[in-house]
Amino acid sequence: MENGVISHRGKVLTTDTMNPNVKKVEYAVRGPIVQRAVQIEKELKAGMKKPFSEVIKANIGDAHAMGQRPITFLRQVLALCSYPELLNDNKFPEDAKNRARRILQSCGGGSIGAYSASQGIESVRQDVARYIERRDGGIQSDPDNIYLTTGASDGIVTMLKLLVSGEGRGRTGVMISIPQYPLYSAALADLGAVQISYYLDEERCWSLDVRELRRALNAAREHCQPRALCIINPGNPTGQVQSRQCIEDVIRFAAEEHLFLMADEVYQDNVYAEGCEFHSFKKVLFEMGPEYYKTVELASFHSTSKCYMGECGFRGGYMEVINLDPDVKVQLTKLVSVRLCPPVPGQALLDLVVNPPQPDEPSYATFIKERTAVLTALAEKAKLTEQILNTVPGITCNPVQGAMYSFPRITLPERAITEAKEKGQAPDMFYCMKLLEETGICLVPGSGFGQREGTFHFRMTILPPMDKLKVLLAKVKEFHQSFTQQYS
Amino acid sequence: MYRLPFLANRSVISGASDQCLFLPSKHVLRTPFCAQSIRKKTQGSIEDYGLKRFSTAEATVAKRENDKMRERTLTMETLNPLVKAVEYAVRGPIVIKADEIEKRLQQGVKKPFTEVIKANIGDAHAMGQPPITFLRQVVALCTCPELLDSPIFPEDAKLRARRILKGCGGNSLGSYSASQGVDCIREDIAMYMEQRDQGVPASSDNIFLTTGASDGIMSILKLLVSGHGRERTGVMIPIPQYPLYSAAISELEAVQVNYYLDEDNSWALDVNELHRAFHTAKQYCNPRVLCIINPGNPTGQVQDKKCIEDVLHFAYEEKLFVLSDEVYQDNVYSPDCQFHSFKKVLYEMGAEYFNSVELASFHSTSKGYTGECGFRGGYMEVVNLDPDVKAQLVKLLSVRLCPPVAGQAAMDVIVNPPQPGEPSFPQFIKEKNAVLGTLAEKAKLTEQILNMVPGIKCNPVQGAMYAFPRIFIPSGAIEEAKVLGIPPDMLYCLRLLEETGICIVPGSGFGQREGTYHFRMTILPSTEKLKLLLEKLQAFHIKFLQEYSVLEEVSR
Repeated sequence: MENGVISHRGKVLTTDTMNPNVKKVEYAVRGPIVQRAVQIEKELKAGMKKPFSEVIKANIGDAHAMGQRPITFLRQVLALCSYPELLNDNKFPEDAKNRARRILQSCGGGSIGAYSASQGIESVRQDVARYIERRDGGIQSDPDNIYLTTGASDGIVTMLKLLVSGEGRGRTGVMISIPQYPLYSAALADLGAVQISYYLDEERCWSLDVRELRRALNAAREHCQPRALCIINPGNPTGQVQSRQCIEDVIRFAAEEHLFLMADEVYQDNVYAEGCEFHSFKKVLFEMGPEYYKTVELASFHSTSKCYMGECGFRGGYMEVINLDPDVKVQLTKLVSVRLCPPVPGQALLDLVVNPPQPDEPSYATFIKERTAVLTALAEKAKLTEQILNTVPGITCNPVQGAMYSFPRITLPERAITEAKEKGQAPDMFYCMKLLEETGICLVPGSGFGQREGTFHFRMTILPPMDKLKVLLAKVKEFHQSFTQQYS
Repeated sequence: MYRLPFLANRSVISGASDQCLFLPSKHVLRTPFCAQSIRKKTQGSIEDYGLKRFSTAEATVAKRENDKMRERTLTMETLNPLVKAVEYAVRGPIVIKADEIEKRLQQGVKKPFTEVIKANIGDAHAMGQPPITFLRQVVALCTCPELLDSPIFPEDAKLRARRILKGCGGNSLGSYSASQGVDCIREDIAMYMEQRDQGVPASSDNIFLTTGASDGIMSILKLLVSGHGRERTGVMIPIPQYPLYSAAISELEAVQVNYYLDEDNSWALDVNELHRAFHTAKQYCNPRVLCIINPGNPTGQVQDKKCIEDVLHFAYEEKLFVLSDEVYQDNVYSPDCQFHSFKKVLYEMGAEYFNSVELASFHSTSKGYTGECGFRGGYMEVVNLDPDVKAQLVKLLSVRLCPPVAGQAAMDVIVNPPQPGEPSFPQFIKEKNAVLGTLAEKAKLTEQILNMVPGIKCNPVQGAMYAFPRIFIPSGAIEEAKVLGIPPDMLYCLRLLEETGICIVPGSGFGQREGTYHFRMTILPSTEKLKLLLEKLQAFHIKFLQEYSVLEEVSR
């Protein structure tokens, strides 16, 4: 007790009396391993001796934290919006000033300090719609169907919230991939919805097989009411890029089975592998004809946090809803209004992402140079990571076709598995903890994302700068070998 | 019913809503009003609003029957029923309607006014309040660190920016922060609270940065909700309240326990009323939480120290978790009022209280003298939170990764403003005093003018940003509202909007004693515009009274 005085009153809120759904929430990307990493960092700072001099965090897709530089143009416009006196400063290019003026004009009182409409600033939503149209080869997008969000996570949780209803066997079931990004499992636990796992095919580059969707759906029908299907493309943590054919199959499946589709497309600009191309669910849906695009309900999500921008801290993002029941849309707007609005600097940033400098504008050359540099480096690092990991006996890594992660499979000796179980830890958690303690490398165990029973993985980002990534991979290799020896 | 045609004629001026807000008109065919609603295509939204309230469920069924195509997965029938129950009047139907009217005006549609004046929401910048220069300088420097070399920025702003950037991963605002917030900002907040509370200790470990105060309030409430049936968590909230609370309670399926503020006593909180509400609620739920808004929203009262002591004593006795919403802590205008934080009063009550009562208090960048709503900055401090629960809270927040970092930076400036001797100090103080001085004048002015209107009675606006006057509504208008299926003060506010362009929120959106009517208006418009608003309001109110008195006579 604080101040050494013990109260006899007892607590109102304890783990026994708290919301049981919250207790069930798990989010490995910032779980125990990351908390330990932060602790170790503090220990290092305090002068404690370790077999390494720094913690390398490859646990989270946080590009700037790993040294990626912000795109100059984005930050110029944001600074202008924050402090409009700079509009008189001749150091800023005209195109940045024009963007800033336009954004400020659409803000209440000409200030990014005003609340925006709960759905987001109208002119930004218009720009998002135009961007989607360009991306999808002219397929129409209506700004009324765009909702700006506080990062993509916010939009995903909001849509799931709408979908959850019923009790017992009537309770909403939501299909998510395994491995998945744990936002999904966390949100479902929080909302008390039923998680329906469908497995990606590791042998086939983590591809999605519609037969597996059907299996999972039929099994789930016995205990819940499956109503939504979540897809992450490009995949997180698995890095695969879905083929057009596969997307079509998924859409057909959703149409037949009456499922609400949620397409998490935050890595849409992060495609590296040759022969792979990003296809939006929206585009494929519309190309499948009116039978589909007039009926299938779809929400797709994008964010400012990934791609070449990596602006995670601004919490910008949007979602587009297709075929959402108009009454439900009113309810959605009402629901988001309680939180007033997404952060306006994040909205401004998103506007620049969907409306970047054009070839005839002064900032274009620098912008393209910076963007290309980021994406090229990521492509190189994706390749390098896959190659080096595959040289380690006991590690198999699928190609990192897109996104920002590799999710290699690791073979763990029986004795290590037994020891982990004795400690009450998942074996890959045991592995990652040891890796952290011995090398300072912070990865997330596969168990935090879900994996087939008896298989083990970890997720690592490809974001550290090239030289650091090489060090990291060399250390992982060395650690894995010594770990295997130690426990064989 | 007999008055509908009259109302229709009268609200030709509305014309703003040919289609319903909540329902496409093709769905409305089933209710008896609909024939009229369709026949008079141009008639007002007031009827529409009433219809919508009642016809939603039926309409969905109607659509099912008509719509032989693939049924939707997500409809009003299958929608999360908790979401359906959520209401948030501050951005409710009246504001949606105001936006529509604004668009019509832009398109050149003639109205009896030239602009919509939005006094519905505490959005200072939108009403013309300029940002505090220093705050924006620091944020701009953090955003574009190249500016750290620019001579146009003062050294103290650069110092703050460097410190914040050092606390960010990769020295960038674009990195995720820790889910609890940037370390050094939490330290600054703890220091600020210690100063504010004259030395009462604060630990940065107990500080959580949030996405506006709303986010923190929701998170703490979420932790607290559990149990079934009579064991379900009850949450005590003031009536009138800020509707975030009722919305959150609906969404979380907790039980709302109302305690009424005393309008005849300047909206003071009476502990006897807390007792009454608590003991009544115990019969059907498990009241575990007590929410206080001080200074009050929408009611503008500032709680005195004695009252806070009583409340804390009550919470101690009845084992309640206290949520203290203190986002208006810098907005105190009455010279005889002073802000006391719950934390400080709790400390002064002695160790037995300070070591046991669980308290979460909330602050924000959106109010005070900065009015930076768009940044969505805020923080909460938790006191006596069970350490295991705290770990659960950190875990819960980590799922959303982190609050917006630019908002965290803005928060840092508020808790660590320029000090005497620093170059920005004189301008900062001048700007701060100007904002708070003007707000105090407008608070006084609003109260005075409203109290001159017959049938309007306004308590002193001691703090916050709103007046919540009581309005007399003639029985004829009440009857008409009943026919339309809308609360009488909603009818009043809709007509005010349509006739004058003034957008304010009906008291029913905040809760009020049965049979009383109010509205909430902000005191944020510029003094000039505020005077105009109050004049128009006065004229409207008198006309409204006259109209219904005459009508009552006629219908007799």
